[in-house]
Amino acid sequence: MLLWIIQRDLLLAMRRQSDVLTTLFFFIIVVSLFPLSVGPEMNMLRTMAPGIVWVAALLASMLSLGRMFSSDYLDGTLEQMLLSPHSLFLLVLGKALAHWLVTGVPLVLMAPILGIQYDLPADALFVLTASLLLGTPILSLIGAIGAALTLGLRGGGVLVSLLVLPLYIPVLIFGSGAVEASSAGLGYGAHFSLLGAFLLVAVAFSPWATASSLRISME
Amino acid sequence: MLRGNDLVCVRGDRRLFEDVNFFLDAGGIMRVSGPNGSGKTSLLRMLCGLSLPAHGEISWRGTAIRSLGGEYYNEVTYLGHLAGVKDELTAIENLRISSALAGAEIGEDKAREVLQYVGLGGRELLPVKVLSQGQKKRVALARLLVSSTALWILDEPLVALDTSAIKMIKDLLEQHLAQGGMVVMTTHQEIDIAAATIQQLQLA
Repeated sequence: MLLWIIQRDLLLAMRRQSDVLTTLFFFIIVVSLFPLSVGPEMNMLRTMAPGIVWVAALLASMLSLGRMFSSDYLDGTLEQMLLSPHSLFLLVLGKALAHWLVTGVPLVLMAPILGIQYDLPADALFVLTASLLLGTPILSLIGAIGAALTLGLRGGGVLVSLLVLPLYIPVLIFGSGAVEASSAGLGYGAHFSLLGAFLLVAVAFSPWATASSLRISME
Repeated sequence: MLRGNDLVCVRGDRRLFEDVNFFLDAGGIMRVSGPNGSGKTSLLRMLCGLSLPAHGEISWRGTAIRSLGGEYYNEVTYLGHLAGVKDELTAIENLRISSALAGAEIGEDKAREVLQYVGLGGRELLPVKVLSQGQKKRVALARLLVSSTALWILDEPLVALDTSAIKMIKDLLEQHLAQGGMVVMTTHQEIDIAAATIQQLQLA
């Protein structure tokens, strides 16, 4: 069932490529604006890089949250999902995974290329990419809760950011912290362990919270 | 089989209906009627477990539906106001995905055959957004043909359909009822359906 939902959402994303590309271009443009505006001071750019890339990834992921459930809500397919004999937990997990594959993975793939603009050394680029790989699924999973809670509300977009951004902060701190720690010559293992722990908690808890929120929103 | 006890529906501070009681047995059809805004759709959504009654209880085979969960959804098919089809997907993809969601996966050949039957032959591979309202409704109704559920809850299934499609629905419902299925439906159109027991539920 998980595979059916992921396959379905990927198919929908392929038919509506503009949505996917908007998120990716937003990320690329935001990250590229900083070196242009700050100027070519290599040392400053190197220290700023992890923070900027992570903030941009966070905003880009949030930009696409509104669409996670709203189109399914409007055409009635969400209703059918709630009435499915399959567990809603798995359906929601599938949707969050599909959201990550569509919005998170392209960001992860672009990050090393964008990192070059900040003159990051190869090992820092590696840590940055790995931290995004661990961190972006958490963003999709947490974001799903916010998207479900604000379903069908007017001005839901603003409310989603208010709800979700505070929950993103730990991911942001440990994600960009890992890169800084590795540039400073310290180990980044602890940061990665914490990100991994967040991911496990999010996988176990967020689909459940999202499913309950959807039931409330649909009533 | 399906029983409603003293159901009350409240929307905001308005009481849409109260003291609604019914019992629907195998092979029976219940038509819910009433003016616009009398709570027909609200009642059907309650029967699906999408919303809870303010008071009263709905039970299926003697057990309250809210404690049944997935077991109940194995036996129910709901067709609401919204067609529940994705505009970007083709009719085949829509039908295969919705039947997989409903717990009865079907192959491509079967999907093609069913769509042919509902009069969409030759249009199976078009994205649903280029189809007309009536054709979209037919894609949604095709789900009934592949479902093996006992209880069908249909909210205005005849809207936007032409006479041949209405005839098809009538035959489909009669066949379902003859096999011991149950139907709860709302409609503003006249349609004669032969069934073992026919009930009218009038909402004020």
